[in-house]
Amino acid sequence: MILIAAEHANGKLSRSTYEIVTCARELGREGPIAILILGKDVVGAAAEAALVADQVLVADRAQFAQYDAELWSAAVAQIASEGEAHTVLIGGSRSGREYSPRVAVRLDAALLEDVTSLRFAKDAVSAQHYTYLARVTEKIETPAKTIVATVKPGSFAAAAPGSNHAEQFDVDLNLPERRVKVIGRSLEKTARISLSEADIVVAGGRGVGSADGFTKLVEGLADQLGAAVGATRAIVDAGWRPYSEQVGQTGKTVQPKAYIAIGISGAVQHLSGMSKSKIIVAINKDGDAPIFKVADYGIVGDVQQIVPALIDGLRK
Amino acid sequence: MMTLIRQVLDAEQSVRTRDGAVDLANSKLVMDTMDEYGLEEALRLREGGIDAEVIAVGVGPARLREALRTALAMGADRAVHVETEIALDPIALSKVVAEIARQEQAELILCGGQQADWDSQALGAATAERLNWPQVTWTSALSLQDSTLTGKHDVDEGREEFSVALPAVITTQQGLNDPRYPTLPNILKAKKKELRSETLEQFQVQPMVKITGEEIQVKERLRKILDGKDAAAAATELLHLLRDEARVIA
Repeated sequence: MILIAAEHANGKLSRSTYEIVTCARELGREGPIAILILGKDVVGAAAEAALVADQVLVADRAQFAQYDAELWSAAVAQIASEGEAHTVLIGGSRSGREYSPRVAVRLDAALLEDVTSLRFAKDAVSAQHYTYLARVTEKIETPAKTIVATVKPGSFAAAAPGSNHAEQFDVDLNLPERRVKVIGRSLEKTARISLSEADIVVAGGRGVGSADGFTKLVEGLADQLGAAVGATRAIVDAGWRPYSEQVGQTGKTVQPKAYIAIGISGAVQHLSGMSKSKIIVAINKDGDAPIFKVADYGIVGDVQQIVPALIDGLRK
Repeated sequence: MMTLIRQVLDAEQSVRTRDGAVDLANSKLVMDTMDEYGLEEALRLREGGIDAEVIAVGVGPARLREALRTALAMGADRAVHVETEIALDPIALSKVVAEIARQEQAELILCGGQQADWDSQALGAATAERLNWPQVTWTSALSLQDSTLTGKHDVDEGREEFSVALPAVITTQQGLNDPRYPTLPNILKAKKKELRSETLEQFQVQPMVKITGEEIQVKERLRKILDGKDAAAAATELLHLLRDEARVIA
């Protein structure tokens, strides 16, 4: 069995889950594809999963209303072991990468992190992923019978729903008590498309001048393009933008069709979060900024002049 | 308190490869900055009145001793070096770390949130699972009172405040604190501190994942850079390129 731990939100499967289905189908390893859905009120997500999987395993309960690494890893490991899964696929989100190592330890499995490819052949699983702050492409291989892999968002095409309706099963789980208590939470809701799902990302750095400058330039341009908004570490630290928008080593990793960097110089830690974007566009006043070395298109000039001109041009 | 120390390529240096593998032979290696945050946090907890030793632990080749000496010079009380040339993946490595934690009766392990060479986030969580401890990742603030840790950490879509009773594994991130530099007197003092060497054999651990190739794939970029002195003209030209050449906007 190939077990996929689904990522979902608001009753819908996330794009990452469809991408993982493609990864599972292309793996070249025998067995049905089962999607496990942990959550509260997941009827909608389960119905969507039934269109792309061979089996859907559902644990719909209040305990899963809020993510917890120990609960998630216990549940996924239990289902994997009962179903004799040889491959467990988990999303490469922050939470997926946090609980997947615990699943691997519980299953005595090898862990392949943030993979961009995954193949089974000659009794071994091989994969590729990025290392050294995303500067190196590393090929890895494991003879382990059971593997757990996290799949980097954007690395596989999203599987299209078919006409089959896979059977759904409710699962029984032995779950541990939560030990980490959440005593406060500030979730940063945005009406925009999320960074990991967007085709276009418009991101800003110190060069936008101020929090207001960011709103006017970066959000203004993103509005015209239906794009997600990203930020550098420096301006998140400065309090101009929420952490959820941070792109880079300690933030999110994105690989959209187009990444538009406004007033971003291009520190290696930032580049590690966006250098795999299909097209990179840079606008910056300093022509020597490292961002131009990785840009497909760019303008050397004053972002306060150029970005409003772009917004005007798009409005026409 | 145990802090894990890894030695990685200085982020300012470029990566070189040779015969399909990353070549670090002549490169400057430094303590992973993610680990500096962990060590600094442990030192601050101790200075804040927590009565506990700070032990720096590293698993790796002979030159890792430099980073462990740095940890001692920053203020760690003693260090343990498990010397090996074998490249252990994080899941295998966590077995060694967990065993040392048991031997040392550690109650708090601080670990880098993402290693700057492996780009891995697994070591802290895997260690926590082996010890059956809870974990908190991507911590941006931490305090300890009566065996309870409280703090802030980052999750998928925001930030949470948490509390957890010890023992626990905490992983760090940039911004947790501002790590100190070792002063000259402390560097001299560090030479007298204990840096114990262990062999890997006793831990009976084998790598589970093998690296079969490493290459630097630089995507060729078009680098069509326009002069923006005439903002309107440059903007028009860029939109034309994005629409008609790159076809990324409608």
